[in-house]
Amino acid sequence: MDNTLLLDLQAVRKAFPKPDGGELLVLDGIDLRLREGEIVGLLGRSGSGKSTLLRLIAGLSVPAAGSISYLGRAVTEPPPGIAMVFQSFALFPWLTVLENVELGLEALGLPREEIRRRSLDAIDLIGLDGFESAYPRELSGGMRQRVGFARALVVHPNILLMDEPFSALDVLTAETLRTDFLELWSEGQLPIKGVILVTHNIEEAVLMCDRILVFGSNPGRILNEIKVDLPQPRDRLDPGFRDVVERIYVEMTARPAAERAGARAERFPGAGIGTILPRLSSNLLSGLLEAVAAAPYDGEADLPVIAASLHMEIDHLFPAAETLQMLRFAEVAGGDIRLTPEGRRYAQLQTDERKRLFAQHLLTYVALAAHIRRVLDERPSHRAPWSRFSDELEDHMSPEAAEQTLRAVISWGRYAEAFAYDAHTQMFSLENP
Amino acid sequence: MTYPIPPVSVEKSQRALTLLDLVAVLLVLGALVFLAEASHGLAQPLPEPGVSPITLDPAALPGYAARTTLRMLAAMGLSLLFTFTYATWAAKSRRAEFVLIPLLDILQSVPILGFISVTVVFFMSLAPGRMLGAEFAAVFAIFTSQAWNMAFSFYQSLRTVPEELGEAARSFRLSPWMRFWRLEVPFAMPALVWNMMMSMSGGWFFVVASEAISVGDTTVTLPGIGSYIALAIEHRDLGAIGWAISTMFVVILIYDQLLFRPLVAWADRFRFEQEMGVTPPGSWVLTALRRSRLVVRATAPFGAAWRWSYRLSTRAGNQGVMGGRQGRRGRRVDRIWHAAVVAVAALALWKIAQFVLAGVPLAEAGRAFLLGLATMTRVIVLIAIASAIWVPIGVWIGLRPNAARVVQPVAQFMAAFPANLLFPLAVSAIVAFRLDPDVWLSPLMILGTQWYILFNVIAGASTIPSELRDIGTNLRVRGWLWWRRIALPAVFPFYLTGAITASGGSWNASIVAEIASWGQNRLQAHGLGAYIAEATQAGDFHRVVLGIAVMSAFVVVINRTFWRPLYARAERKFRLG
Repeated sequence: MDNTLLLDLQAVRKAFPKPDGGELLVLDGIDLRLREGEIVGLLGRSGSGKSTLLRLIAGLSVPAAGSISYLGRAVTEPPPGIAMVFQSFALFPWLTVLENVELGLEALGLPREEIRRRSLDAIDLIGLDGFESAYPRELSGGMRQRVGFARALVVHPNILLMDEPFSALDVLTAETLRTDFLELWSEGQLPIKGVILVTHNIEEAVLMCDRILVFGSNPGRILNEIKVDLPQPRDRLDPGFRDVVERIYVEMTARPAAERAGARAERFPGAGIGTILPRLSSNLLSGLLEAVAAAPYDGEADLPVIAASLHMEIDHLFPAAETLQMLRFAEVAGGDIRLTPEGRRYAQLQTDERKRLFAQHLLTYVALAAHIRRVLDERPSHRAPWSRFSDELEDHMSPEAAEQTLRAVISWGRYAEAFAYDAHTQMFSLENP
Repeated sequence: MTYPIPPVSVEKSQRALTLLDLVAVLLVLGALVFLAEASHGLAQPLPEPGVSPITLDPAALPGYAARTTLRMLAAMGLSLLFTFTYATWAAKSRRAEFVLIPLLDILQSVPILGFISVTVVFFMSLAPGRMLGAEFAAVFAIFTSQAWNMAFSFYQSLRTVPEELGEAARSFRLSPWMRFWRLEVPFAMPALVWNMMMSMSGGWFFVVASEAISVGDTTVTLPGIGSYIALAIEHRDLGAIGWAISTMFVVILIYDQLLFRPLVAWADRFRFEQEMGVTPPGSWVLTALRRSRLVVRATAPFGAAWRWSYRLSTRAGNQGVMGGRQGRRGRRVDRIWHAAVVAVAALALWKIAQFVLAGVPLAEAGRAFLLGLATMTRVIVLIAIASAIWVPIGVWIGLRPNAARVVQPVAQFMAAFPANLLFPLAVSAIVAFRLDPDVWLSPLMILGTQWYILFNVIAGASTIPSELRDIGTNLRVRGWLWWRRIALPAVFPFYLTGAITASGGSWNASIVAEIASWGQNRLQAHGLGAYIAEATQAGDFHRVVLGIAVMSAFVVVINRTFWRPLYARAERKFRLG
């Protein structure tokens, strides 16, 4: 393997300014190297800053500190030689397939004939023959993403950046596209020398990558690096493959030894008032509880197994499992989820009793819910505006996270009938019509 | 460019080729001849005072119509130029935005008709003794009625370019010039075309009003439909007015078929929603132009030139990254900038007050305010009446797709038709029946603007999902309950859009509607519109400026305190989906 260093990131840090003058740290202490011939995966749940990192590498924004260099030169603007494939395809709907592919070459100011020739070659390579004059709106998702790939490859980049390129596609289409891409890559038919893939799909990362960087949240940082030495093409059922997947699950469910200094809002399991809560419906939580409680798991399940059987990706599965843990309905560790006695009891109960048990746990273990309830109980009117709590939360987190957290606790509070909320007046209350 | 298919091929396609080519060539040549004919006479000297260049001979009408239409086109071209520069500047520069956008917002609500007199004097002084000066003034008047909402829509589109498309453009290193034409303009196009149509509708009203203006002693008459009508009114010639109205119908119909249908059909490909939409709008003109190989061949050099400009622009260098947040220094410059803007605004206010007070006593402002209240009462009552009539009708039509397909274009057509052409008919009736002008002149204000309510309500009602209607039927929701729970909430945001447009238009129309004449008979209602019109005729600029200022204040305050909050609430509460 050639060992030319394509990309070198050192101690990269990214923060966004907050309205109050402070700053919100989204990435901290990122070291990353990409060598020729490598596919490196950035794996993490949403909010771990992996897409932000990809945009830094693409030169679409600038880091607050640290250095990013591509072939020895600092990246300060989108460099020639780095192309990107987007999750939402980002095709220009008013251009045909051919025109979309030609766009990057026109921007290079190449002669007309060369643009046409290279575009047709790329279209040919990626399997879009016959679709040249179609508009994106006429194509299926899979075909649109192929255009996205052709458009990126036609400029003959050294590095291809892929931002969850398959996550907007259905399972089968995604699999086909992955396989096609890997085939072209291992046959050396692609003009690219290295790939960085952002994903939240663990199996996808293990299928495609030579190295996987596991990201943690708040602030986004690299928790661990996992090498995948399996030969291509890889088989999901291969024990070696399952081992790597299991290892990543264990890695991602490991409790951090000690919360890092400077982390403003811990996520779990302390569940203090500064905890960012995920927006998950009570139906999803109940569904997961029931699934784990039922045969064949009987209250204890391997996360990769349950993820596969429920078709849940880590973006949903981890927050759900951790919310159950926060509510003391389950414990998550070592890549497993195990129900507590209360969790098992919950799964057996009828609707009304479930709500009571849920309310009890919500008000005991989720500090924010308890806080809202206490404020409403203390006020003579038993009412409080949204801003009363959002202001408080924004001391600990970004406004978006504060809104998400409040919406989550409202939804759980409504289910538990612990308090009510009127979206028009933006008031919390104890009324329960 | 190379052509994959040689021009001479199988017989069948050759036949289609000649027919469509013929149509296309006729369209193109016709446009050229029209331009040449209509622009003839621009450089003519002004006619002697007292000699009217207009004749009431119906045979002269096509020529007048052509002149009127050309003014519209020129103004539209200016408006587009303004849109592309002003709005782009506002969208790209934070500091410019701070001034330009509120300015645009105010300009949108200023009664343009009141301006005409001021601008006529200015432009006449630019080209003294020539028709060109008066033409400029007319074109400028139309421009002021068209440009603001177009610029606003373009600015809003620029600000809402989807982030991932912007990122794609930057990551593929598109030059700013290329980004503008490849990403921003196409993205803005559907909204811009829609606003061009709205502007055009409004423009007809002003072109008619701006062709025959008298400011003090100076009377300017430009050959056109507007001055034809003015002359017909002077001569009390109902027949001539009938001719003018039918000519206008034909002109607007041609405009619709030759310009806007093709534009709308063409802009459809720029819709950002990627779903296969409902039947895309079609246009026989566009189809003919597109299928004709001659046109394709003739336009190819333009395409090539355009691409060449892209290549040039890429050589000129790429834009860097979006700069990080400005530091403390940037903030200080901001503060200085804001202070400068405030200072200039204060100076302008001082100047205006000085100018107005030099000519009129302070008490006059109180009188203008009272007259403003009178006009406001008219506008409110008229909007209420029009709503009561058109909302139920609009809902009824909107729920019947077949009826909507027929009525929708008719309503849009009615909105485009300059209602001031119909004023003489109404005025002659009021004179004949000796009616009270304070009451009976009022409906003229809403004659042209009520259609906005109708076609917006139709559009709203046709978006009610069939599931919602089915569940209504299923639960036997009927009568008033059905209106209250299903129909009215569903059309409310759409109704508001229409009502806001109608209300703004009515204020503007009051300047021509509150004072009207029929030969020697002069009818006048008490209102701010009549006040401005009267001051214009008297050449009293102090009062004109005062009237405009008061009317702008009324419109801005009503928009900010009534329409906007209502609209924001409706958006939040009633928007489907």
